[in-house]
Amino acid sequence: MARSLEGFLVLIVAALIYSSAVASVFQPISDSHRSVALELFTPLEGSFSSLAETYEALRTFEVLGIDKKTDINTAACQSVLETLGSSSSALKDLFYALKVNGILKCEIKKDVFEGVTSRLQATVSSAGALLDFYYSVGGLVIIKDQTSKDDLYLADAEGVFGSIKALSQSDGRWRYNSNNPESSTFAAGLALEALAAVVSLSSSEIDQSLIGATKNDILKLFDSIEKYDDGAFYFDEKLVDAHEHQGPLSTTSSVVRGLTVFAAVTSGSLNLPSAKILGLARFLLGIGIPGDAKDLFNQVDSLASLESNSVSIPLILLLPATVLSLTKKDSVKVKVNTVLGSNAPPLTVKLVGVFRSGSKDTSLVEGQELKFNPESAVYALDALPKSVDVGKYTFVFEMVLHDPDHSYLYATGGQTQIPIFVTGLVKVDSAEIAVLDSDLGSTETKKIDLTGENTVSLSANHLQKLRLSFQLSTSLGHAFKPHQAILKLTHESKVEHSFVVGSSGKHFEINLDFLGLVEKFFYLSGKYNVQLTVGDAVMENSFLKAIGHLDLDLPEPPEKAAQPPPQLLDQKLRYGPKAEITHIFRVPEKLPPKELSHAFLGLTLLPLLGFLIGLLHLGVNLKNFPSSSVPAMFAVLFHLGIAAVLLLYALFWLKWDLFTTLKALGFLGAFLMFVGHRILSHLASISSKLKSA
Amino acid sequence: MARTTSSDAQALFHSLRSAYTSTPTSLKIIDLYVCFAVFTAIIQVVYMAVVGSFPFNSFLSGVLSCVGTAVLAVCLRIQVNKENKEFKDLAPERAFADFVLCNLVLHLVIMNFLG
Repeated sequence: MARSLEGFLVLIVAALIYSSAVASVFQPISDSHRSVALELFTPLEGSFSSLAETYEALRTFEVLGIDKKTDINTAACQSVLETLGSSSSALKDLFYALKVNGILKCEIKKDVFEGVTSRLQATVSSAGALLDFYYSVGGLVIIKDQTSKDDLYLADAEGVFGSIKALSQSDGRWRYNSNNPESSTFAAGLALEALAAVVSLSSSEIDQSLIGATKNDILKLFDSIEKYDDGAFYFDEKLVDAHEHQGPLSTTSSVVRGLTVFAAVTSGSLNLPSAKILGLARFLLGIGIPGDAKDLFNQVDSLASLESNSVSIPLILLLPATVLSLTKKDSVKVKVNTVLGSNAPPLTVKLVGVFRSGSKDTSLVEGQELKFNPESAVYALDALPKSVDVGKYTFVFEMVLHDPDHSYLYATGGQTQIPIFVTGLVKVDSAEIAVLDSDLGSTETKKIDLTGENTVSLSANHLQKLRLSFQLSTSLGHAFKPHQAILKLTHESKVEHSFVVGSSGKHFEINLDFLGLVEKFFYLSGKYNVQLTVGDAVMENSFLKAIGHLDLDLPEPPEKAAQPPPQLLDQKLRYGPKAEITHIFRVPEKLPPKELSHAFLGLTLLPLLGFLIGLLHLGVNLKNFPSSSVPAMFAVLFHLGIAAVLLLYALFWLKWDLFTTLKALGFLGAFLMFVGHRILSHLASISSKLKSA
Repeated sequence: MARTTSSDAQALFHSLRSAYTSTPTSLKIIDLYVCFAVFTAIIQVVYMAVVGSFPFNSFLSGVLSCVGTAVLAVCLRIQVNKENKEFKDLAPERAFADFVLCNLVLHLVIMNFLG
C-alpha cells in the first residue's frame, strides 16, 4: 500500500510542479509536506521533550510515509519503557507512551502491560473529569489492540458511557468536568473518541438509546460549523479559554478524529451531509503546509482519519495546471484523489460550463465529458473549447460516481469551480506616433514597429501635441484590454512622467497636449525618452518598448515655478546609512581642586579653636552647675537634648528628608522644652533667691 | 595734627580696653562667640572669592548661619546685660532659652538649604 502510494505521489509531484497556488484549489499531501515534517520534527539532542510530542512526530512520519530514524526510535522506546514501568507516571504520559508504542512496537513485557492495565482500570472507575476518562479508556483500547487480549473489558461499560455522556451540553459541545460550566468543541472531539473506546471495550452491546443520543449530539455539533466562501467548513471555539486557546485547526481536527473513530465502531449511518465532510477536508487541505509542528500533526492526522472513514470519504478534484496556454495548445487535465493522494473509485468527470470571471453569463461551452486515461489516472479534454479566448475563466466540473452505492461512501461535493487563466499571444499592430500642430494636422507621423529594435526621433514645442495610437487584438480577433498600457516620458535629469493610454474596443490612443502639461513637466526642456509598456497576466507577449526620443521645447519657468523633485543619483543612497549623531551632554561644573577645599575646611575650623582657647583664657568655670541630684540630672539631660538635636541636624543633612526630620524634631523638641524649662526655671529661682537674700 | 589723631586713637583704644575689662564674664563669652561666628563667615567669603560661587545655595547657607547666630548672640547680650534698663524685668535664663530655640530653628533652616 505504501509503495503504490509513493509511486502515485511521485507522479502527482511531477505534475504539481506546473501548478499555481490559487486560493480555492486544494492540493493533497505532497513531498513538500514531507520535507517540512522532517524539518519541524527535529528533536533536540536526539529525543523530544515529552511523550506527547514524540507521538505527534511519529504519527506524522507514519502518515506521510517517512522512514523513521533509528536513533529517535531507540530514544523513544527507552522513554516508553521508563514511563510504562514506573508506577508514578502521570495518566497523560501513560496514554502517550502507549500511543508511541502502538507505532514503534517496542518490546514490552507482559507484566508491564498487566500493571498498566490494572492502573488504568482503577482510574476509569474513579474518574470524574473528561480528560481522565479520555486517557484511561484510550489507553485500555490501545493495550487491547496491541496485545490482542480479547478478554480486556471495562467492568461497567454502560456506566462509563453514561458518565462521559453526562458531561455533554445541549448544543453538542462537551464540558471538561462537572464543576466547570464552560463547554468546548475541542472537548467534544475528545469525548467522542473516549465514547468510541468505551464501545469497543464493552463486553455486551451498549444500549442503543445512548448511542442514538450521541449521534444526535454529533448532528447538533455540526450545526455550529462555520464556513469560508470557497467551500471550506471548520469548527472554532466561541469562548477564548485563558490558558489554552484551541484554534480552528486543532478544534476541527479533534472533532474529525472523534467523529471518524466513533462512526467506525457504531453501526448505522450518521446522516451527516457529505458536503460538510468535503468542506472539512477542503479546510484541512486549504491550510497548505503549516509552519508549526503541532499544526502539521493536526492536519496530517485528521486527513488520515478522513482518508478511509465510514461516514463519507472526501474526493478532491484538482487541476495540476491552472494556467493554460493557447499558443502551446494546452488541454484541460483533471485529477481526482482522496485527501492523502490515493486513487479515487471509478467515476466520470464532466465539464459542466465555462464562464468568464466576474460574469455569470451563459456558459461558453456545452457540457462535455472528460476522457479518462487509466495509466496516468488523468481525465482530459482533447483540446480547449474553440470559443475560449485569452482571459480569466471559471471552469465548473462535476464528478459522477459509476457505482450508485458509492454515493453513500464518498463525498464529491456537487459542482466544483476552478479558476483558470488562459494565456495567449496578443497581436499589436498599426502603431503610430505623431506630433500635431493644434488643429492644423500633423507635421510628422511616423509608423513604429513595436516588435522591432529601431527607434524614432521627434521634436515638438509647447504649442504642439503628441499622439500615440495602436491596436490590440487576440488570436480570435476580439478586442483585448490589458491591465497596463502606460506611456512614460523621462527627461535627461531623470524626471519621469507616466500617462495611461485610453482605449475603445481594439483601438488604443493617447494625446498629450503640451500646453497643459508645461507646469507638470516643471518647464524642463530637452531630450525626453519615450517608453511604452503594455502588459497583462494573460498576455504572453507583454512588452516594454523604448519608442525613441522627443526633443521638447518648453518656455522659461516663471519666478515661482515648482522645482522638480530631487532625483537621487543612486537608488542605493536613499537607503544607505545616515550620518552619525553625536550627542552633547551637559558638561559638569568645574569644581575646585580637593586640596584647596580641604585647606579651607581646616581654616574654617580655626575660629572655633580660637573661641575655645579664648574661653579658657577668660576662665570659664562650671561653678553654677547644680549639685543636687534632680536638677543635675535635668541639666545633663538639657545638654544632651541640645546635642541630640544637633546630631539630628547632621543626620538630616546626610541622609534624611525634611519630613522624617521634622517628625523626630517634634519629639525631641518637646522633650527639650520640658527639660530646659525645668533646669532654667531652677537656675532662675536660685539666682532670684540669691538676689533677695 | 596727625600725631594728635594717632595719639587720640591710642588713648581711645586704651580707654576702651580698660572699660572692657570691667564687663562681666558672661558678656565677654558672648562677645567671643560673636567674634568666632564673624570670623567663620569671613573665611567662607574668602573661599567663595577664590573658587567661585558654585553651588550658591551652600555658600549662602554657610554665611547666613554664621551671621544669623551672631545676630542672635548680640540679641542675647542686649537682653542679658544688667545695665540695659529696657530688659530689667526679663530673666536672663529666659533670654538664653530664646537664644537656644532661635538658634535651633535657624540651624534647621540652614541644614535644609545647605543641600
